[in-house]
This record gives sequence, C-alpha cells and structure tokens, in this order.
Amino acid sequence: MSDTIILAHGSGGKLSHELIEKRFLSFLANPLLSKLDDSAIFEADGRLAFTTDSYVVNPIFFPGGDIGRLAVCGTINDLSMSGAKPQYLSLSAIIEEGFPLSELEEIMRSIKTAIEEAEVKIITGDTKVVNRGQLDKIFINTSGIGMISSEIDISGANAKAGDKVILSGTIGDHGIAIMSQREGLKFAVPVESDCAPLNKLVSEMLEASPRIHCLRDPTRGGLATTLNEFARQSNVSIVIEEDKIPIKEAVRAACELLGFDPIYVANEGKLVAIVESCGAENVLTRMKQNRYGNDAAIIGQVVDDHQGRVIMKTKLGSSRIVDMLSGELLPRIC
Amino acid sequence: MCLAIPVKVVSIEGDEAEVEIGGVKRRVSIVLTPEVKLGDYVLLHTGYTIGVVDEAEAEETLKLLQEIASLIPEEDVFLNRLHV
Amino acid sequence: MKFIDEYQDSKLATKLAQRIASRSTKPIRLMEFCGGHTHAIMRYGIRQLVPKTVELRSGPGCPVCVTAITDLDKAIAMAHLPEVITTTFGDMIRVPGSYSSLQQAKAEGSDIRIVYSTMDALEIARDNPKRSVIFIGIGFETTAPAIAASIIKAYEEGVENFHVLSLLKSTPPVIKALLDSGEVKLDGIVCPGHVSVIIGSHPYEFIPENYRIACVVSGFEPLDILLCIDRLVEQIESGKPKVEIAYRRGVKAEGNRKALGLMEEVFQSDGANWRGIGNVPSSGLKIRQKYHHFDVEKFLPIDLKPGKEPEGCRCGDILRGLLTPPECKLFGKVCTPENPVGPCMVSSEGACAAYYSYEAICE
Repeated sequence: MSDTIILAHGSGGKLSHELIEKRFLSFLANPLLSKLDDSAIFEADGRLAFTTDSYVVNPIFFPGGDIGRLAVCGTINDLSMSGAKPQYLSLSAIIEEGFPLSELEEIMRSIKTAIEEAEVKIITGDTKVVNRGQLDKIFINTSGIGMISSEIDISGANAKAGDKVILSGTIGDHGIAIMSQREGLKFAVPVESDCAPLNKLVSEMLEASPRIHCLRDPTRGGLATTLNEFARQSNVSIVIEEDKIPIKEAVRAACELLGFDPIYVANEGKLVAIVESCGAENVLTRMKQNRYGNDAAIIGQVVDDHQGRVIMKTKLGSSRIVDMLSGELLPRIC
Repeated sequence: MCLAIPVKVVSIEGDEAEVEIGGVKRRVSIVLTPEVKLGDYVLLHTGYTIGVVDEAEAEETLKLLQEIASLIPEEDVFLNRLHV
Repeated sequence: MKFIDEYQDSKLATKLAQRIASRSTKPIRLMEFCGGHTHAIMRYGIRQLVPKTVELRSGPGCPVCVTAITDLDKAIAMAHLPEVITTTFGDMIRVPGSYSSLQQAKAEGSDIRIVYSTMDALEIARDNPKRSVIFIGIGFETTAPAIAASIIKAYEEGVENFHVLSLLKSTPPVIKALLDSGEVKLDGIVCPGHVSVIIGSHPYEFIPENYRIACVVSGFEPLDILLCIDRLVEQIESGKPKVEIAYRRGVKAEGNRKALGLMEEVFQSDGANWRGIGNVPSSGLKIRQKYHHFDVEKFLPIDLKPGKEPEGCRCGDILRGLLTPPECKLFGKVCTPENPVGPCMVSSEGACAAYYSYEAICE
C-alpha cells in the first residue's frame, strides 16, 4: 500500500474510490456529499450568491494554517463580503503524483475544522492526479453558494462621503507568516497567519446596523489595494490615519527588516467595512465582541472629492497618497 | 542604499549572532563588528551588522530634540497648516 | 521598537519643523544621495513639514536606479546561462533592461532567487555544488563590506561555485562628479546615513572645503531628517559650511575600520558607469586579483547586444537632479508604478516613485 498519491488515485477506479472514502469522506461526510452522485441537489429559496477561488499557496503548510484552511475560509469570506450567508461549498483538488497521503490527511483535517467552525458543508467535490512535475504538490479550488436576503445591498460602489472605514484587526499577519517560511529570507517570526472564516462576524455586523455600504477582505495587495478599489468603484476618496491602523509588533518589525509596507501585505482573516457614520459605533462595538474583531478600529473616513484616491495621514500630521500595489511585494535592501 | 535596522544581540557564537527586534529573530554575521557584546543594539543590513548603536549618543540626541522643542512656543496656526 | 519609535515623535517633529521655518530666511536647495533618505522623505511627508524656502531634491542615491543599463543587461544575460542560479536582492527584479528584466527571465525559466543576505547566496552555493551561483552585487559602501565578507568566506571555505557580479559603487566620487558638472546648484547635502556608518564623515570634507556646500550626515527616522535639515539651515544661514554628523548614534567620524579593512582586502576602486551620468572615475568597486575566481566577469564572457535606453526616459536627468519627476514628460502619463518605463519609477527608492505619492498631495 502506497503512502503517497499515485496516478491511479485519479483514474476513477478502485483506488480513486478508496481515496475518496478514506481521505475525503471520512472527514467531510454529510448526507449530500455521502451520496456521491454526480451532482448535489438541494432546495434554495431566495437570492443566491455564488463565488469561486483557486488556492495555489506555497508553502502549503504555514504557521497558523495550511492550503486547506485557506481554501475554505477564502471562499466563505468572499460570500460573506457580499452579505451572503455561506451554505455549501464544492472542493476540487488537483494533486501531484508522489504527494504524501499523510499531508493530504492533515489538509483534510484542517478543512474539517474550518467548515465545522463556520457551519458550512462541502457537498460536492472532485480529485485529479497529475504526473510528477506538472504542478507543485497540490492546488485546490473551492466554489461556494450562499443565501443573501433581499434587503442587503453591499458593494464596492456604495461608499458615500462621511462614511467611516472600519478595519477588523491587525494587518499583515498572513503575508508575513508566509514570507517567513520562504527560502532565502529565514527570519524566525512569531506570527501566525490570521486565516479565519468571517461569516459569523459579518452576520453580527449586519445585525448591529443595516448601514454597511461596503465589505471586503484585504487579501492580495493588502489594505491599501482594497481601499483603492473602494475609492475607484465608488468615485470617492478615502482618508486613513496611520496611527489608528492596528498592527502586531512582530509584523511591524518583520516589515521594517524586509522593507515591506504593511498596508500592502496580505490578510486572510480580516475585513474592511465602510459604514454610514451613524451606524459605525454600533458595528464597531459588536465587532469587538467577536473573536475575529477584538482589535477592530475605525481607521478613517470617506471624503467627497471624486478623485478615487486613498490618502494616509502619517503620525507626523503630513499626508501621502497610498496607491494600489504595483507588481509583487518584494523585500528591498534600500 | 541603507536599509539598516537597530536590533538587539541576544546570543553570540563565533562570527555569528542571534539578533531580535519586536520578537523577530535572525542569525546574522558579526564579522564587521567583532567588538559587539551581548545586549548591544546593532544596525543590521542584509544579514550583517554594520555598526553598534551608541546608546549614550542616542540619549544625547533625544535630549537635544527635547531641548529644542521646549524653546519653541506653541503655535496652533502652524499645526493647522499640516492638515489635509 | 527601540531606537526607531523615539525618533518618530510627532510633537517633537512639529517643534523642529517650526524651528526650521523660523530660521530659514532664503530659498535653499538640499540634495540627498541615499535611496533610503528618498524613501523616508516620501514615507513621512517631510516636504510638507519644511517651509517653502527649503527645497529637497533627490540625487543618485538609489543603487538600482544608477545601475547602467548595460550592466543590468549583463546580469540578465548571465541569468539565462544554463546551470546558473542567479541570486539577487529584491530591488533588482522588476527593473527593465534594454530587452528584458530579471522578472521576465524568471518567467522564461531562469533560476533566479531573491535573497535577503549574501550569507544566503553562499549557502545556496554550498547546497548546489554542481551549479554556478551568481550574486548580483548592487549597492554602495553600506553593502560592500558584507559582499566582501562573503567573498572572503567563500575563499576560506573553498566554495568555488560562488561568484559575484560587482556593480558596487562609492558615493563621494559621484557627489564630486555632480558638483563638478555645475548642472545643479546646491546649498546643502543630506549625507547618506548608513554609507557613513562604514566610511565615516571625513570623506565628505572636500565638499565644504572646495565647494562651500554644507554637509550633514542624517539618520532615517523623521526626527533624524528634520534635525539634519535644521543643522543644514543653520550652516547655510550662518555662511559656515562644514561636515557635521546629526546621526550620532550610528555614525562615527572615522567610520567602521573593520568593514573598511575588508573592503580594502577584496575590492579596488575603478571607474564605473552610472546610469544617466556616465563614467565616474574611482567610483566603482572591482574585485581584486587575489579573489578573481569569485568575480563572475572573469568567468562568463557574455556577448551582449548593445544597450538602449527606453525611449523618452529621463531617468538620467532625474538622477543628476536636473529634472524633478513631474518635469519628465512621461511621468504619471506613460510612466507609472504599474507601467514603469525607467528604474526611477520601479524602485521604491527611486525619485519618481517617491514623487508619484507625494506630489499629487501638494496641489
């Protein structure tokens, strides 16, 4: 019996079925998935939100998470950012021949933990195996469906002058946790990825106030890129204050050492909300009661100048423009 | 071209040391600052320490800045100029 | 973080800014020669904190920006060679050469790895004895001793497959070249901070002596830069230019003797080609004969197509301080951080990248 993935695992025959039973169903079993029909069939009544994302993170295991957790949380969060309640996910894995089964199990365990916390089910899936060298270990795609009630209208284009900008917690944790594992950088960084499912946080925020205009999770490109997206989509400008942005000491130190600006570093368990001024305090108070919003803070506001810019007031009182991330975040020496 | 950060020396082994800042640690070379001692703060550039921070001078500079500040009267008008 | 946070105090900064404003009676132009200063000035919005009489202009302080395009082409060509692992600091990856970039070469299959330290490059060489590991050595005197140390280590340990492409440059000669050209009139120089940790402050003495220009060595936190400007204003207003160290917790007048010794052991000075400036005598650091085995230029003869500057690119003039970024026709229209034409926009230390953020505020 092999302890790694072999091509036969993907061919649809006995080994495929064994793989599915042993390595997938044993972690994810639910009535819909366990039917193992070609499609999962379910009833839905109302507006639906639908999203998809693929996960190719390297390294696949990192402090605070792994590609499995990321794949579940990422898609749950995309649904949540539209104001939808995530319900069902699909899980599709493409695996490189030779991938250790023990690592696959670890990833599945991680996925199970994440979906149980979020109370979401994986109801359909797929596995393919490719020749050694045709991809780097494992890629995962998840698609997700959620229900979204009719009165919810959350969009990047809805920001209005006077709205407050709320950030749910410390920035840069995920990107720095990943960067610390990269070859050639070798820093011991006591930082874990913040990868987390935010659906319950968002539910609570929506209960606190109906005046949430925009929601987004600042993943690739960081806080700066997300704020720029809002500013452009809504045709407004956004002013934020540097010293209001929560950041862990170790993340700040790692960014100084490597020459990164933390506002461009990826986050996987944070959100930015743009909330009408009268509702902001309620939303903030509610967020702080959730484990994923303890460090939430109002970091700025929307202003009416149609320039689509993001401006940061430094702790010195001067201002600078914050652009979107250009290219990749690279460690610099200068 | 000068990204060098003040970090604290937490252990020394031959021509290498472990340094720390904000909880972040790294193994670095101290060949350029052989005089460095445990507990010193050093300037770290691309994995090499390039100089030991002179803590007495650091104090002096801060004192100088505070002295300068104490001699300048409050001026709200000036502060307003800085706001966007 | 100690020795950083205390120098970011906004109340002290405001007071210092007020003092500068009260003492500055006539328009003066100051130039920084260090990419780290260019970046810090941008990051903290220093231009907004100093009075209109103080103009801060960026000089050729960004080692990525001043790398001649033919040298960049050479590095890219070497990266394409079979069995070569190219190691580099992150700054170089996106800079466009005449025909390609390291990023593009990586996408085409070259083994190019970003390293934080030459120590890491050396380790890659030890781990891959059958392949040539080339380190692209850009930088000024801050970085030269580290590169020298890694070459000495390679020599002592017999790591024969480790090679360095030395594109290292010295700062005082380029300051002299710029001042001699007479192209730009300066009243004061913000002397590089960490270069000076290595070389000390004596090498700048020729500046007040021969050119009557004020010199102050500056640190990188906002209070450091403001203190430096304050000292420069005082020197200029009193008509008594000299070399002063404001960054006293980091810089000694005699510099770092050990580091200077290692540099002397491994490198000798030679002319070097600076982008936009041309050849500057004695401004380059070439690997000495004793260590020629580690000098990649001796090993890998490369046929290069002739270099060409991107059309309309004024990076050369920007680097010489002749032009401010908004005066370049391409700035912000054709050349942006998303689509950079020249290195001054690519590098986070480049004057254009810095201006792109700051300038738009100050309309």
